[in-house]
Amino acid sequence: MASTTLRHTVFILRGNPLTGIAAAGVILLVLIAIFGPSIAPYDPVASNVSEALKPPSAAHLAGTDQLGRDTFSRLVVATRLDLVIAVSAVGISFVLGAVIGAFCGYTGGRFDRSVGRFVDVMMAFPLFVLAMAMVAALGNRVENIVLATAVINLPFYIRFARAEVNVRRNLGWVEAARASGESHGSVVLRFLLPNVLPAMAVQMSLNLGWAILNAAGLSFIGLGVKPPTPEWGIMVAEGARFISTGKWWLVAFPGLALMLAVLCFNLLGDGMRDILDPRMRT
Amino acid sequence: MIEPLLRIEDLHVTFSTRRGPVEAVRGMTLSLDQGETLGLVGESGSGKSVTGFATTRLLDAAGQVTKGRILYRGKDITKIPDSDFRALHGAAMSMIFQNPRAALNPIRAIGLQIVDAILSHKRMSKQAAADEALKLLRAVQIRDPEQRMSAYPHELSGGMCQRVMIAVAISCNPMLLIADEPTTGLDVTTQKIVMDLLAQIAADRGMATILITHDLGLAAQYCRRVVVMEKGRLVEEAAPKTLFHRPQHAYTKRLVAASPTATSRIEDLVADDERTQYLAVVAASRPHPDPPSGTPPLLEVKNLAKRYDQGLPAVADFSMTMAAGESVGLVGESGSGKTTTSRMICRLVDASDGEIVFDGESIGHLPAREFHRSRFRKDIQIVFQDPNESLNPRFTAFDCIAHPLLRLVGMRPGEALQRRVEECARRVGLPLELLPRFPHQLSGGQKARVGIARAIACRPRLLVLDEPTAALDVSVQAVVLQLLDRLRREDNLGLLFVSHDLNVVRMMCDRTIVLRNGRIVEQGESRALFDNPQTEYTRELVDAVPHIGLSAGGPVEALSS
Repeated sequence: MASTTLRHTVFILRGNPLTGIAAAGVILLVLIAIFGPSIAPYDPVASNVSEALKPPSAAHLAGTDQLGRDTFSRLVVATRLDLVIAVSAVGISFVLGAVIGAFCGYTGGRFDRSVGRFVDVMMAFPLFVLAMAMVAALGNRVENIVLATAVINLPFYIRFARAEVNVRRNLGWVEAARASGESHGSVVLRFLLPNVLPAMAVQMSLNLGWAILNAAGLSFIGLGVKPPTPEWGIMVAEGARFISTGKWWLVAFPGLALMLAVLCFNLLGDGMRDILDPRMRT
Repeated sequence: MIEPLLRIEDLHVTFSTRRGPVEAVRGMTLSLDQGETLGLVGESGSGKSVTGFATTRLLDAAGQVTKGRILYRGKDITKIPDSDFRALHGAAMSMIFQNPRAALNPIRAIGLQIVDAILSHKRMSKQAAADEALKLLRAVQIRDPEQRMSAYPHELSGGMCQRVMIAVAISCNPMLLIADEPTTGLDVTTQKIVMDLLAQIAADRGMATILITHDLGLAAQYCRRVVVMEKGRLVEEAAPKTLFHRPQHAYTKRLVAASPTATSRIEDLVADDERTQYLAVVAASRPHPDPPSGTPPLLEVKNLAKRYDQGLPAVADFSMTMAAGESVGLVGESGSGKTTTSRMICRLVDASDGEIVFDGESIGHLPAREFHRSRFRKDIQIVFQDPNESLNPRFTAFDCIAHPLLRLVGMRPGEALQRRVEECARRVGLPLELLPRFPHQLSGGQKARVGIARAIACRPRLLVLDEPTAALDVSVQAVVLQLLDRLRREDNLGLLFVSHDLNVVRMMCDRTIVLRNGRIVEQGESRALFDNPQTEYTRELVDAVPHIGLSAGGPVEALSS
């Protein structure tokens, strides 16, 4: 089993080497997130006014900002915070969304309809505005950014899990599980959910990129992480003031980091869809 | 000598897969005269459909004709360019498929779809094409063709859709029609209507037909010549009567034996070795003593009914009794309520009304969602229709069989469980080395065995079989039927056999209940019921079953005379 999966993965990767590159990029991001503070050459919050607004050089790979902080160190250290926000937000919305959606898809009826309408109402809001409103109301803290990002992701997971479970609920093995003594609840949690996990993993990977953008976006408009904490979104926001005077590196490098992170997660998601799709397994 | 309409010479078709090339057809030769009807019979994987697809050039991208020729009126059509071949499609040869609903465009009115087919090959005005389409709908005997022109596929029944497909296929007067399992998935009475229609149209228009089917009886009834394929090769070719009464090739012999007919017995289904084994088991199993008088029947169902929100009840006033060790058949067409009934008796679905008494105790009062706690849960088990869908894709065969033991018998993982699962696997003839495999690594027959092993793992007393062999090849079906009958004898198991295949039910069941529109039409001792049906409906069902043991003058002869 393991060896056939491996062979299959290799086959897909050969046809689509981008997936491998994206996976490597994601692994690199995770490593940077873990070891970031110890590999950063400078203290990310220590200011040094004599070195302010220096362009990229050998000493400061990505230049320095208006307070003389090393942009490269700030970028490296920010990885952890951005990933933690994205991963925990996606994790929360995945767990809640998968369970709620799976029960909707399995039971149908009134519960399904009311959850469905609630999701419709949520999706009728511009989601980013909804997140802004939540952070503004609850307070400008990391937990609330996570919560807001999780809530605006929730509808997608509910819909996805609902659809995936709905097509499976009348299959023989689901009824067989009941005939073998499982209650409805355990059929959903222990039988149906594990079967829709692979498909949802794809959705999670795609969503991680989106969640990073969302957290950065909140910070950018001042509703997220507070300065001086290094975070990609704030860095872009702060750097934007200096763009007109030609200090491009303050915006370009955090923007690039964001773009690459989002790109890696999205490409990985696409590749995983191919790897996990049973129709590709002929 | 007249040139045959179609001649296939030493055809080889290879599919490129990840594990290297796979030869689906390896040296197939056949010829077909104008207006002739040929049956192409074989089990899944025999290459019969691939032969049809290669002829009409509908192979998917991975498949290629690697050797041999396909001559249509003396011209090799494997070599001609696609643009020339398009002209042949429709006008020269045409194809109809297994699932008519999937073959029709769901968002286009059927009349327009026929018009499309006409206009793609003939230059005429839209109005003329529409008139032509109307004529075709009449030809395929669709009632109220004027109204039906604007109907969409979902508004028509499966049989109706297949008639529309036939209308599309014959719209350009093809010389050759290839019908790939045209009636699989249709009810037996609908099958008869569609096949009779097809035979009639072919005879009227002098159209040659290749009928690709897994059903020997169907091929025998509607074809003058039958070709049997196995593993991509032709193994035997003969007139149906010769083929079925004096098969020459070992494979044909097995196939003929495995196909249930009105007179077959369970022990005749499989060849010598296994048959001896089965007979030994039957002889060894002592008849279970009659229960002392006053013992309640194993199952007693009284006035069972199921109503959904509106409309007619799905099941109404269903009553039956079953003794231990008895087998009862439940037959009916799709929509007759037989599946709903079986699910209610299994306590997977709640009845709206009525009573279910198991072993003298009423079990109907416990709602279905609580029934998994009942002590009777392990006594009533079920085998599902499609083995491909009845196993959890994330469970190994071992997990599947062990699951009810863990949940219902209270066994814990360990050596005892291992032994019990292995014993179940042995009883259903599943090789032990397959136990660690996942469903997608098993064949259809092996999956069916896992499903049965799971159902008998807790030693139930009533086993509900929901079309247990409908998705299996006849040779696998034969083995599975024998297995089920053996288990019944060994464990004194009550079997409720839900099926649309009358020949199978007649052979397997002591008594049979005929359902129609949720109501019992007729019931009685199986052989008597089928030999001498009392109601018009049962007679229709029995008459619609294609017969192998044909006397002189099947419908083909009748039509052409």
